[in-house]
Amino acid sequence: MIESLEELLAHALKKKESEKNSHEELRVCIGSSCASLGADELKKGLKTKVKDENLDKQCSVKGVGCNGLCSAAIMVSHYDKEKELETIYGGVEQNDIDDLVGIIKDKSSLENKKCDMNEPFFTKQKKIVLENAGVIDPDDIDDYIAHGGYIALFTALEEMRPEDIINEVKVSGLRGRGGGGYPTGLKWETVAKVESNQKYIVCNGDEGDPGAFMDRAVMEADPHKIIEGMALCAYACGADKGYIYVRAEYPEAVKKLNKAIKQARNNGILGNQIANSGFNFDLEVRLGGGAFVCGEATALVTSIEGNRGQPRQKPPHLSNSGLWGEPTILNNVETFANIAPIIKNGGEWYSSMGTKNSTGTKVFALTGNIKNTGLVEVPMGITLRELIYDIGGGVTDDKPLKAIQTGGPSGGCIPEELLDIKVDYDSLKEVGSIMGSGGLIVMDENSNMLEVARFFMEFSKDESCGKCVPCRVGTTELTNLLDKFVKKEASKSDFQLLKDMCEVVKESSLCGLGQAAPNPVLSTIKYFENEYLEGIKDD
Amino acid sequence: MNLKADDRFKMVEKTIKKLNYDKSALIEALHTAQETFGYLSNDTLRFIAKRLKLPHSKVYGVATFYHFFRLKPNGKHTAVVCMGTACYIKGADKIIQQLEERFGIKAGETTKDGIISVLSARCVGACSLAPIVLYDEKPIGNLSLEQSIQKVEELIK
Repeated sequence: MIESLEELLAHALKKKESEKNSHEELRVCIGSSCASLGADELKKGLKTKVKDENLDKQCSVKGVGCNGLCSAAIMVSHYDKEKELETIYGGVEQNDIDDLVGIIKDKSSLENKKCDMNEPFFTKQKKIVLENAGVIDPDDIDDYIAHGGYIALFTALEEMRPEDIINEVKVSGLRGRGGGGYPTGLKWETVAKVESNQKYIVCNGDEGDPGAFMDRAVMEADPHKIIEGMALCAYACGADKGYIYVRAEYPEAVKKLNKAIKQARNNGILGNQIANSGFNFDLEVRLGGGAFVCGEATALVTSIEGNRGQPRQKPPHLSNSGLWGEPTILNNVETFANIAPIIKNGGEWYSSMGTKNSTGTKVFALTGNIKNTGLVEVPMGITLRELIYDIGGGVTDDKPLKAIQTGGPSGGCIPEELLDIKVDYDSLKEVGSIMGSGGLIVMDENSNMLEVARFFMEFSKDESCGKCVPCRVGTTELTNLLDKFVKKEASKSDFQLLKDMCEVVKESSLCGLGQAAPNPVLSTIKYFENEYLEGIKDD
Repeated sequence: MNLKADDRFKMVEKTIKKLNYDKSALIEALHTAQETFGYLSNDTLRFIAKRLKLPHSKVYGVATFYHFFRLKPNGKHTAVVCMGTACYIKGADKIIQQLEERFGIKAGETTKDGIISVLSARCVGACSLAPIVLYDEKPIGNLSLEQSIQKVEELIK
């Protein structure tokens, strides 16, 4: 049991001591892309080989979470602890095991698979949420602690009052990373002020957006960071119970989180009287059932209660009446992952990054027709051009870029002309898209924007919970209309009808799903109107 | 059928017990049941309803609301095509179409001989491998149209 900050630091030291003789680490990425190419077997093979050569005291082999550059899977990095030097190798295969072990013996370099660390992909990123991804072993709480984990929580419990934490979060300017962008500190303050014997903290790990895998990566690579963020939130707001709502299609994330919760309980970091402070907090994982509408706060909460995930009218807001009618805070994975670094380094440190109204960094899942696919964390305010061409390496096969889709089904398509806009909540909104949770899909000239719009509308139609008419009927009618355009069978009046219906669905739907469903259509009409006009048949 | 004689129901009961027979255990119980039995039969839904003292209609309503739950068993093999945006723009819809044509079934269905189910997923969160198909739960990414069919043929051989 770890009962004070002092003991925590001693614990970290002990872990480092135990690894004193091991000067090197071979870190095998076991993120989803690498795992599907056989990273697990590679790790096993490496371990055996290192042991056979009697190098296991000098070099440890460990599995780590997503390293970021998924297009170079499988990734293995070699870390020299004394020189603090990390070398990353991409496209590693089973038959590279001998060469990897050779690196430890200075007998091989595996030069052809070395990633150039001076590439903008590495130099232009700023890692806060992902600082431990690809570095620590997510199955080992001691590794997290040795890398500075839980210091923020223990410092807060010993030296800070709940209002000090809320204040730091407010100063940091952190906005909800689930997509809405609501100021996190303000949300916490509202709940902290409500008088109630029971309050809840909920983490949304459902990640309903197709084309996004940031939260999956964080849950799999650094589960303790989420636990620490949630515990800090609970302390600040006066809650003692939390839930992490995770998508059932993410079995690895569920496994990692459950293991991390168990380890935290065993070490006295979750449970009663944490750090002898009188603060109690415990956590449970709840599985989602696969409903996009559960991204809507009121729907998610009712789903945890064991019901159909249907949203309800607001107010009352969750801050007054959430889970089982009690005051509840709901934030997403990335928001909670930002909390410990903010408390550790201060709100001012965080707000010095990014732009005035969108501070800090944002994790994006870069996918589609782009060379470097993967996860990147960049300061807010970076331009789309830098993100796509410098970090992403440009469009696959150097084809012309046509559009960038951000924000998933609730977002929009940004055309090539607007590549120089800044990536922050307000700039994206101005051009008719949204930040969303951070999916960024690059489309080349071969993409048909009508088909893309129909794809999203069909998705919204399937995912509509059916509770309110504008969304249930509207998304169906919009899908049928878009179908006509795709088949080039639409009439001129259909175009007007399409635009009018978008407005109706947007204005009159009960929840965010319906309100945002027309966004992909509206943004493609705005920037690719001629494709719609081409979909109108000649009379 | 004697429910008590089937050990698998004990697994479901264990989950319900862990959550103190609270009504909120419904979705968790459905997950355990599906994992244990492979799908949710009417008997399973009735069992859960009884243990949680919930009306059968409520249990059925929740099970059919969420996409993850299925009321019919899958075939011996499964090919789950990811239909996330990244996969879609890289041709996942064409993969589904081709699989549907090859087996004469619609996505979500199982062939009459029970050999294979062709399914689709919202997004499996491995977008950099797009397009990706899970063959008997093993993810294989960066597929071309030919490869996607070829893998299925290998699977059912």
